[in-house]
Amino acid sequence: MMLIPCPHCGPRDENEFRYGGQAGVAYPGTPAELTDDEWAGYVFRRDNPKGWFHERWYHVHGCRVWFTVERHTVTHEIRDAPS
Amino acid sequence: MTHPDFLWRDPDPRPAYDVVIVGGGGHGLATAYYLARDHGITNVAVLEKGWLAGGNMARNTTIIRSNYLWDESAALYEHSLRLWEGLSDELGYDLQFSQRGVLNLAHSVADVREGRRRVNANRLNGIDAEWLDAAEVKKFCPVLDVSGSARHPVLGATLQRRGGIAKHDHVAWALARRADAYGIDLIQDCEVTGFEITGGRVRAVRTSRGRIAAGKVALAAAGHTSVLAGHAGLRLPLQSHPLQALVSELLEPVLDCVVMSNAVHVYVSQAHKGELVMGAGIDACNSYGQRGAFHVIEAQMAAALELFPIFSRVRVLRTWAGVVDVSPDASPIIGPTPVDGLYVNAGWGTGGFKATPGAGSVYAHTIAHGVPHPLAEPFALERFATGALIDEHGAAAVAH
Repeated sequence: MMLIPCPHCGPRDENEFRYGGQAGVAYPGTPAELTDDEWAGYVFRRDNPKGWFHERWYHVHGCRVWFTVERHTVTHEIRDAPS
Repeated sequence: MTHPDFLWRDPDPRPAYDVVIVGGGGHGLATAYYLARDHGITNVAVLEKGWLAGGNMARNTTIIRSNYLWDESAALYEHSLRLWEGLSDELGYDLQFSQRGVLNLAHSVADVREGRRRVNANRLNGIDAEWLDAAEVKKFCPVLDVSGSARHPVLGATLQRRGGIAKHDHVAWALARRADAYGIDLIQDCEVTGFEITGGRVRAVRTSRGRIAAGKVALAAAGHTSVLAGHAGLRLPLQSHPLQALVSELLEPVLDCVVMSNAVHVYVSQAHKGELVMGAGIDACNSYGQRGAFHVIEAQMAAALELFPIFSRVRVLRTWAGVVDVSPDASPIIGPTPVDGLYVNAGWGTGGFKATPGAGSVYAHTIAHGVPHPLAEPFALERFATGALIDEHGAAAVAH
């Protein structure tokens, strides 16, 4: 089990959190102009790196804050966590 | 004592092949076998970064069934199940394929409705399916707790009698031996690090053992497909997660069928050797670490003990995880890619083992002809743009 640094509560066990996937996925700026494939990209395609990954976590069983960390998908080390 | 004969050669890579398959697991080996058997294509290399069938093929819980909801999935998985039914004879190897029946439990009214709907859908597609009420479930699997006071009450179950398990190592060895006998090179310790693509067409793969020219390149790399596709400039709708499983110590025969529970994310069978084999749902976060979190195992065991009180003193022997590539609709992606000559077979998520022969046969056809096999056509990459998804989150039976 990972120890995840909640910006509000500090380091807490992984099972207090819900995972939110890739961070920084912005809603398209001009949705009416998107092609079907561009929509598919926004809806379905996400980065899936073997290495460092910016991702969202939700402290659902705690303070209920959403936040972003950078975590390594092989070692599970977390760096650049919110302070 | 002399060492038994090797089942396959351990060749060095040659400079060029007609087809290079990336990934020496079940799907890669099956694809190689069917390329040779059905299409006469034997100038083929299977490149494996580790040792043959040492990834998810060595880590899965070996459950085989075809009771998926939608027509497209039912056709594909039933094709696979029919191949399983003749595979031991065909390969000349005892795969310990045992059609002992697969139960999918219903714990709520919603589960019951979903299960009955799936039984009807399966029957319309010519797939054997039965609905059992709680008393019938108890008769079929006496060690299950179906009492009304159970934490996860059993209101009924779907049963596919033709479903079951097989010995995963034997499957890999048998396919590898036959592929090798056709002259296909199974090359281990050979990691693909990039592709040569000119004029929109793949020409060669770069590997840890040098450059290998290829007429066609076929990915069969499960959890590492995104990494490989990235080398070719492709971004696929896949996310890699750990999927955990465990075995108990060896027991006398106690469970003679496969029991799955969608709601509590546990599936159990007893291997021929005697250990209970149990699988969990995926760990939520992305990972390539081939290990998962203990709380996932703990929740899985808690649910298993509620379903099978008789297992309360069984000891866990070991746990492990594989890396599974999960697609948005819990269905695989099979077919050509935007790069000419580059093919993908991925996104099988938590359920790829059962598809080993079926995926291999339709993927080989797709590679040989350059167009999708009719059974693979609905599973092409384009469905994410057209919206024609094949949502099998219900029948996939494991949390995605």
